[in-house]
Amino acid sequence: MHRSSEVKHLASDFNTRACECFGQPPVQPFESHCPVLTDRTVRVQLKVLKVKDGSVFFIRVKPDRTGVVTDGVKHSMNPFCEIAVEEAVKLKEKKLVKEVVAVSCGPQQVQETIRTALAMGADRGIHVEVSGKDYETLGPLQVSKIFAALAKKEQADLIILGKQAIDDDCNQTGQMTAALLDWPQGTFASEVTLEADKLKVVREIDGGLETIKINLPAVVTADLRLNTPRYATLPNIMKAKKKKITNVKPADLGVDVSSRLEVLKVDEPPQRQSGVKVETVHDLVEKLKEAGRI
Amino acid sequence: MIFNKVLRAGFQAGLRFQSTGPQASARAATAALKESLGGFSFELTDQQKEFQEVARKFAREEIVPAAPSYDKSGEYPFPLIKRAWELGLMNGHIPEDCGGMGLGIFDACLITEELAFGCTGVQTAIEANSLGQMPVIIAGNDAQKKKYLGRMTEEPLMCAYCVTEPGAGSDVAGIKTRAVKKGDEYVVNGQKMWITNGGKANWYFLLARTDPDPKCSASKAFTGFIVEADTPGVQPGRKELNMGQRCSDTRGITFEDVRIPKENVLIGEGAGFKIAMGAFDKTRPPVAAGATGLAQRALEEATKYALERKTFGKFIAEHQAVSFLLAEMAMKVELARMAYQRAAWEVDQGRRNTYYASIAKAYAGDIANQCATDAVQIFGGNGFNSEYPVEKLMRDAKIYQIYEGTAQIQRLIISREHLGKFKQ
Repeated sequence: MHRSSEVKHLASDFNTRACECFGQPPVQPFESHCPVLTDRTVRVQLKVLKVKDGSVFFIRVKPDRTGVVTDGVKHSMNPFCEIAVEEAVKLKEKKLVKEVVAVSCGPQQVQETIRTALAMGADRGIHVEVSGKDYETLGPLQVSKIFAALAKKEQADLIILGKQAIDDDCNQTGQMTAALLDWPQGTFASEVTLEADKLKVVREIDGGLETIKINLPAVVTADLRLNTPRYATLPNIMKAKKKKITNVKPADLGVDVSSRLEVLKVDEPPQRQSGVKVETVHDLVEKLKEAGRI
Repeated sequence: MIFNKVLRAGFQAGLRFQSTGPQASARAATAALKESLGGFSFELTDQQKEFQEVARKFAREEIVPAAPSYDKSGEYPFPLIKRAWELGLMNGHIPEDCGGMGLGIFDACLITEELAFGCTGVQTAIEANSLGQMPVIIAGNDAQKKKYLGRMTEEPLMCAYCVTEPGAGSDVAGIKTRAVKKGDEYVVNGQKMWITNGGKANWYFLLARTDPDPKCSASKAFTGFIVEADTPGVQPGRKELNMGQRCSDTRGITFEDVRIPKENVLIGEGAGFKIAMGAFDKTRPPVAAGATGLAQRALEEATKYALERKTFGKFIAEHQAVSFLLAEMAMKVELARMAYQRAAWEVDQGRRNTYYASIAKAYAGDIANQCATDAVQIFGGNGFNSEYPVEKLMRDAKIYQIYEGTAQIQRLIISREHLGKFKQ
């Protein structure tokens, strides 16, 4: 089908997961970075990002070419952040951390994402209010500054984030946060073990798996195979309503959220041209020569 | 240039039916204002939306893939039921002091619709728990509630509602199962039929005749009992092979000199009929919700297919014959949803909802069958084939016009209620 191939093309370029969409009406996506602070009293600072839902079909470029239309598009928690929340809750269940704090940056609607993290087992939430223009230009650098400030304020020992957001694929926030705090980092984690006061992290790298040992406090970013996130059960959703979410403004943390980047242009990927079928290898070579490729 | 125009048109179309950030918060403010004024609203609370999300995710990720094989084998879907129990999607009505969540009927209906989308066989097995528990919830004393509802929240147990007999379905007053008082016990003899979860239940709600006098009125002749399934004399029959909802366990049950302690009588001798009927006002909306979930599934499967299959050079969805079929399916689904939501809301508000519950159940049962049939039609030859999901929907839908009060009985109730209003 012409439309779906166009969409899949778009999807792969914007790196949203091309999943089956059961025709659910699009809902608001919100990019909110929500780290989980845990206390070892480890406070796991969970980054809970609300991103455009991976199963949304029709992502469109805005007419003024400055970005993608987000109005009316379904948002949900960034899948890698779900994995981060799950890991933090698991650590708490093993009694290795004392408190799990879920943090999200964005407008009012990110409170839903924080509630989901609370329903999964986080103890309390922090909502860093960023809305309007500031929210549109909010990028990894500003978010990491916010996290670094919060980590110091909350005296977190461990920050767990998703490795990247599925809508912008930046893969920067975790690394920047660690740099700002001068903490060690274990990124692309597929296994995390607490050993005394050190963290053993198995990282997924291009060549395979790398195991490192880092001191606490540290920053960890979660990769796909770290765990399978749990469902929020109905009783937990009800209990989560009683858990606290505090509101904070970036200014309160001494962070300036103005962006140093200017988006020049956002384009859709070029329309896919139809290919040509050839019968033999000989024909293939001929065609390639014709096209000047070889 | 044209591309920009198309984008702009798309953007504007997007704006028309989707909300922007500031608009959404303005709407939220208006909704809050309306709520405080007690005005009409279609808005779900945040908690209801979250519940619906969990049920939807569970149904689409776990029930949908497993349903075809359960349908073929007829095996009881215990793993799915256990999972639903763990997530808190079952037994929502059980009061909080018995370990449950004390959910209203509306919340239960939201969950039921989502589960039914996945597979109505699984949903019926789960719903039968609510049906069996409802008499105890509305009429049980504290000891009975703690004992029989409490155990349901401690482990994933099933229960069943035993009223129908081989010779009496719609005519509940015509049941023949006898309960005779002997000392501190009642001795029960009789035959029940079409009992959902009959072979899997831990306990049953049983309706039996305690007054043998044929002139005694229905409202005094019957008694409701709680029967432990392992009581000697309780003999579940074989699992019946049905047209649809095949993984649900349906059996006949024989009661041969079954002794029930008098502590297990609900309210008192002669109160059974009212209890049995009273339970229906609370269980009919969820059944209507289940039928709506099936219809929604039929609509979505048919829509997906219609946007993929081509004929005469176009997608079949672009042919008006098909798009009109889809439009009518959509109309029916939306109206069925509103009907069960009204019925559920009425009873949660504390009002008698018999009229609305019957309307919802009758309508949803009918449209579920219509939508399932239309879905098969849209799939064409493929629809008739078991490799495609819609023939199962058609087989599953039929029972919604039969159980929990047949379509004809619902019409009797609606006409009685309607004429009753006019005569006032």
